[in-house]
Amino acid sequence: MANDRRAQLLSGNEACVRGALAAGVRFFAGYPITPSTEIAEGLAAALPKVGGTFIQMEDEIASMGAVIGASVAGAKAMTATSGPGFSLKQENIGFAAMAEVPCVIVDVQRYGPSTGLPTSPAQGDIMQARWGTHGDHPVIALMPSSVRETFDLTVEAFNLAEELRTPVILLLDEIVGHMRERVELPPDEEVHVVNRTKPVEGPETFQPYKPGPNLVPPMPAFGDGYHFHVTGLAHDESGFPTGRGQDADRLVRRLHAKIENRQPELARAEEWQLEDAQIVVVAAGSVARSARAAVREARERGIKAGLLRPITAWPFPEKAVREAARRAAPMIVAELNLGQIVREVERVSCGETKIVPLNRLDAELITPAEILERIQEVAAHVG
Amino acid sequence: MSVEELLERYTRRDKLPHIWCPGCGNGIIMGAVIRALDQAGVDQKKTVIVSGIGCSSRAPGYMKFDTLHTTHGRALAYATGVKLARPELKVVVLTGDGDCAAIGGNHLIHAARRNIDLTVVVFNNDIYGMTGGQYSPLTPQGSYATTAPYGTVDRNFDLCELVKAAGGTYVARGTTYHTRMLIDLISAGLGHKGFSFIEVVSQCPMYYGRKNKLTSAVAMLEWQKEHAVPVKAAAKLTPEQLKGKFVIGELHRQEAPEYTEVYANLVARARGEEK
Repeated sequence: MANDRRAQLLSGNEACVRGALAAGVRFFAGYPITPSTEIAEGLAAALPKVGGTFIQMEDEIASMGAVIGASVAGAKAMTATSGPGFSLKQENIGFAAMAEVPCVIVDVQRYGPSTGLPTSPAQGDIMQARWGTHGDHPVIALMPSSVRETFDLTVEAFNLAEELRTPVILLLDEIVGHMRERVELPPDEEVHVVNRTKPVEGPETFQPYKPGPNLVPPMPAFGDGYHFHVTGLAHDESGFPTGRGQDADRLVRRLHAKIENRQPELARAEEWQLEDAQIVVVAAGSVARSARAAVREARERGIKAGLLRPITAWPFPEKAVREAARRAAPMIVAELNLGQIVREVERVSCGETKIVPLNRLDAELITPAEILERIQEVAAHVG
Repeated sequence: MSVEELLERYTRRDKLPHIWCPGCGNGIIMGAVIRALDQAGVDQKKTVIVSGIGCSSRAPGYMKFDTLHTTHGRALAYATGVKLARPELKVVVLTGDGDCAAIGGNHLIHAARRNIDLTVVVFNNDIYGMTGGQYSPLTPQGSYATTAPYGTVDRNFDLCELVKAAGGTYVARGTTYHTRMLIDLISAGLGHKGFSFIEVVSQCPMYYGRKNKLTSAVAMLEWQKEHAVPVKAAAKLTPEQLKGKFVIGELHRQEAPEYTEVYANLVARARGEEK
């Protein structure tokens, strides 16, 4: 679908659909759940027009399974869901991590636990995105805070999934998914698109899990004549199950290393007004919007505040947070949960600065005024 | 084709011998699937074999095709994705009674409802073998299992009736005793356009047999021989006479639009409207 440069009024979920199409999505399987459903609806309309396939499966688990099947057959594939559905998908997300099947999972976070307050905003799935599936596994999760950034990070989610052969999670929250903003989207030809690397070797000598450059094995599609085996069992480079602990160790360490080695460029945070900041507000997704307004307001009142906004929830932008902590400015960590990002901030800052959590759990967004108030309280102590 | 030629062409010989117990029916079923694929003349390069978790689901690892060993119960969901992404591929699902009728039951009825062109072979040994002998939805009521030390209370499914009711368009049941019939049933399923389903009554002497005083594979195969009634013969019997028996052969066949073909029409329509 061609994007034109004219300004449009789009929601985050609509921008996600546009981003997926720009990235070359050809398969979507999903199950209705608010507040993510507009993504399924958008792709149900758009995918047939580009020769792709949309299917509404019988449940969330089946959707994730179908996405993996389609990807193994060569299609760029994605699903979209929200909290409870994200929980249901976790086992198969682990399969995608273990068998290295590229796919994108959008989780438009809503209030939980369980059915919670449908469908009020929350950021309660940050740790689920990291640790939701069992076992040690690497993960990439991106957290946009605007409609335009949702478009960009959807494209990036596909690019990273294809390049690194890994599931990538796009972690929206209800506010980002449903809010509308004026955006200009780039035309398709200006969108950088990455496709998975296919093997150069013929089927005779091909080892499907022999790592190529960047520790990522090239990936043929089913039907290409390679007769390869894909399993969630621990496997060696041939792709077949191994009962040997050393092989499993080598595999799981490589799965981590292929992403950890890229940490310096992967882990990203926006740093705004941080240079001289005496108080740092850490906030991601929709909360970062309020945080930005609060920082601006604080500066107008003569308080040197700054914003550190994680763009990747995972890998967590450790370097940026550590550097901010070393400057010993107190950090206010604002999030729509009882404290998930703050755990990472505490871990990374190693006690080098004071950390002040700011949490909200009444299903309303955190306002700029609340953050400003907290900045002023902290400033009073600093001053 | 000789056994040697079949093994050479269709199996990953370096992965053999298989992990199954002595007397297990899984090897017979895998052999029948291979012979049926050969008989049906499928293009090996364009055939994908998908399985779930359990003893049955280890079979694809031995078979020289594109093979996908998925999560427990989800083989049909994965297979649906494969088929939709590349409808030109022949997609075969190998699954077990626990995998397919319990944890994967929802996917089974919906795949049947869609009439998507998949061929499903259920290795029904009436038990969870991989985990050591727990009862499944197909364990006959009153049988013993490690989790049914006093006999099962649960009523067991007739999986063929279930799939037929859900919309499957080819439904058959065979056994590991009647192997020639089994090959023909699977081959016919492979040739059928739409959702084809073959339940294979098999034996697990190690767990089901030991718990239920059927101590050898031979005794279990003899049980099959004595209790299986071919469709034609069954038609002449009263329900009373069929009590305790089970019917084998082609149980249901129906022509109906196939899912990926209907979807291809939708795509053409959507693209036409764009002009």
